[in-house]
Amino acid sequence: MNALRDTACPAATEVLELNEVAVGSTLSPETPSVEDVTWTVRSGDYWVIGGWPGSGKSDLLATIAGMMRPLRGTLRLFGLDRVSAHEHELADARAKIGLVFENGGRPFNHLTVTENVTLPLCYHENRAPEEAIERVGALLEFAGLESVAGRFPTEISFFLQQRMALVRALALRPRVLLVDNAVSGATTREARWWRQALSQLAAGHAVTDGQPLTLVVGCHDLRPWSDHGKQFALLKHRRWLGIGDRAALRQSEEPLLRELLAADSNEG
Amino acid sequence: MHSASIPAESSPVEPPELPNSFLLRLDVLGHVIIRFLHTAAGLVAFALITLGVAAKKFHASARVVHPLIRHQIHRAGMRLLPLTGFLACALGILIVGQTVALLSQVGAQNLVGTVMVTVVVRELGPLTAALLVLVRIGVAYVIELGTARALGEVEALEALCIDPIHYLVIPRVIGLSLAVFSLTVYFILVTLLSGYLFAFIQNVPLQPGDYFKQLAVALTWEDFALLAIKTCAFGFVIAVVGCYQGLAQPLRLQEVSAATTRAVVQSIVACVLLDVVFIVIYLVM
Repeated sequence: MNALRDTACPAATEVLELNEVAVGSTLSPETPSVEDVTWTVRSGDYWVIGGWPGSGKSDLLATIAGMMRPLRGTLRLFGLDRVSAHEHELADARAKIGLVFENGGRPFNHLTVTENVTLPLCYHENRAPEEAIERVGALLEFAGLESVAGRFPTEISFFLQQRMALVRALALRPRVLLVDNAVSGATTREARWWRQALSQLAAGHAVTDGQPLTLVVGCHDLRPWSDHGKQFALLKHRRWLGIGDRAALRQSEEPLLRELLAADSNEG
Repeated sequence: MHSASIPAESSPVEPPELPNSFLLRLDVLGHVIIRFLHTAAGLVAFALITLGVAAKKFHASARVVHPLIRHQIHRAGMRLLPLTGFLACALGILIVGQTVALLSQVGAQNLVGTVMVTVVVRELGPLTAALLVLVRIGVAYVIELGTARALGEVEALEALCIDPIHYLVIPRVIGLSLAVFSLTVYFILVTLLSGYLFAFIQNVPLQPGDYFKQLAVALTWEDFALLAIKTCAFGFVIAVVGCYQGLAQPLRLQEVSAATTRAVVQSIVACVLLDVVFIVIYLVM
């Protein structure tokens, strides 16, 4: 835990705080998939959460995105209690958190790529689509999606759908970005693109108005992220297991960590 | 095995007591009633949430949601005009034309207006338009929303802080309500006109002026008011049931077809029950 504290910037503020949280499963909301999570995410952090498929990463990310109530414990989003906060305050807090789903990012299949990215902007800012062209154009350019802007998600590759989900989540200028298994099954080139893109976002990019983004990445192969993440943790046997910074990652003898860093563990 | 399945005649073991068939039937009936009440409670809760969101957020995100409402009106209303017109012509000839001819034969032409208003305006028009919309649009709602739910698109909306009820349900509910009302008016006009034309061709001794005068006399302001309320209610019920079956519970892709069947059955039952309520209102008035 000391290693985790050391990696946080002294001036950083807490954006997500979990205290003994039990997380429900999306398929069975009353059944805990992860328990006893005590974890603080501060602004500027770049967390990488490792765990095998089915370990509860997606449920944990959906919960800290504010989509599900924790079954037990306290969850604070930008200082607001997830359970007792007023609806509109919670909506404001949730809008500051972007979530990129795994497996193609769950695109809206009846909308084109441009419309997918435009929707959150127009919905929240009550704009006509033509008023969002500039912002959407910048986002599509960032993800290299200009050439497929008018196509439907089913007409583009799985990897481009995943990129589209990234810029759709960025449309509302979130302060925290949660990325669930983005490079699962990706080619080496695609995985490199994601690492570079997330590093740019973590450092501050034009699409985030130059503001550094706080990142939480869930994955079941830690190798692509071991040189990019700043803080690391695992989900093991439905429990949270903090590892620490990159130095702690290299020194740790935790068997699950060694497995997730082993060359033959690659599933994406 | 053999000796276990066929007990010896001298065995002192009593044969198992057969369950009372009446109790079994009562048990099945109880389950059916509980399931019906559970579904009804879910539908009522979903309808109330929909009304609440519509009242609270009608003007929110208007530049996104209002075009969706117009799209649903076009989809459920305008695009169904040809089919509605065809059906109205057919039913006009079959029912109105023959009724007018029959009443004229027995010298009861003065009852034409009352019969037409009772049959076409109060019952045939609203129910036919509602069934048409259910088959063409209500079913499509369950399939598209159920598929979106199964593919995780609803969670994606929630992750973007977009209220699925506001974005997906409200446009459909408003669009379908207005569409059923408009289609019913169109259906009634075409039915009454085509039916009379058929009777006129058959040389029925009833002048157009007399026919339309009788209709005008038979129609009261309550008919207009109740027609508007009833048709909007039909549209509301069909849309709510479709959206409820597609959205309200987690679905897998293979469950979408079963949800569609449930939605059709529940919509028909709900519309008929609603119709009974309106018949009682008509009778009281």
